[in-house]
Amino acid sequence: MTTAASWYLTLAAVLFTIGAIGLLVRRNVLVMFMCVELMLNAANLTFVTFARRLNDIAGQTAVFFVLVVAAAEVVVGLGIIVSIYRRRPGATADDIHRLKG
Amino acid sequence: MTLLAATIPDAVTFVIAAAICVLGALGVVLSRNPVHSALMLVMTLFGVAVLFVEEDAQFLAAVQVIVYAGAIVVLFLFVIMLLGVDQKEAIERDPLPAQRPVAICVGILVLAEVLLLARGHWPTGARSVSGAIGSPADNVGLIGRSVFTTYLLAFEVTSALLVVAVIGAVVLARRPRPALGGSAPATGPAVEPDGDDEDPDDTEPDGGEAGTAETVSSAAAQAEDELASPEVPGP
Repeated sequence: MTTAASWYLTLAAVLFTIGAIGLLVRRNVLVMFMCVELMLNAANLTFVTFARRLNDIAGQTAVFFVLVVAAAEVVVGLGIIVSIYRRRPGATADDIHRLKG
Repeated sequence: MTLLAATIPDAVTFVIAAAICVLGALGVVLSRNPVHSALMLVMTLFGVAVLFVEEDAQFLAAVQVIVYAGAIVVLFLFVIMLLGVDQKEAIERDPLPAQRPVAICVGILVLAEVLLLARGHWPTGARSVSGAIGSPADNVGLIGRSVFTTYLLAFEVTSALLVVAVIGAVVLARRPRPALGGSAPATGPAVEPDGDDEDPDDTEPDGGEAGTAETVSSAAAQAEDELASPEVPGP
């Protein structure tokens, strides 16, 4: 209870930035996907922080929906990655920049 | 919660969990093996779950561990093992030379901006109608009441989204051939043995006489036939 909310927001900002840099720097599609998950977790941490700060349960409900959307995103994204790797094994994000199969 | 806060200072818990989170996040980005990245992601998710408990979101902490660390990361690892892409990434070959410094500069800009926002500027205005965060024992009930009353429409849309995601995953991960393969093998092997029969008849005399290009092309054609249907040489 004593921890200031700005600490949590700072940590969330750091996590989001690490995820964003990783998404821009890495070329392995799976690792880029994990970086997206990192950014989603930073946003979740912000939601929960504001839920406690404002004493409002809606922030935690929003995190619940973010979790569901993240699960759906992972399912579809991994399906796309599997189909990409099936056509050309060892492909990186640079190899599929034309979006042609 | 007050008893826990009396024994273990919240600041210590926060610092340890934050260090775990940041180390895990750096590990995700910096490790070259995707399996190591996935395991580091588990570390970050556990740190975030600890912070959720610290912020009176017990249900979300449990869901974080069960869904993220238990399902999503396992799905990642399953795909990594299935595809066999756990080899190291060729970092040194960079088709866009300026990409990495520009990405880091953009990241530092984003960090500065978000940190500036985190300093002050609290949102004000009317609260939502969902209700206050009660005691930790009421957390699940409060979230459930909020989901099934105030956000019922969003919840139903979420179920539709999950159905769409499941159908999309099935369509994407399905092999493109089997739809044709169900009807094609009746005609495919029936046509291709003719090609196999014709090719040796044509090429072996030609190859014996003069033509090497003919034999090369016929060998290529034969190889294509074998690739297209491996069970053709059997019959």
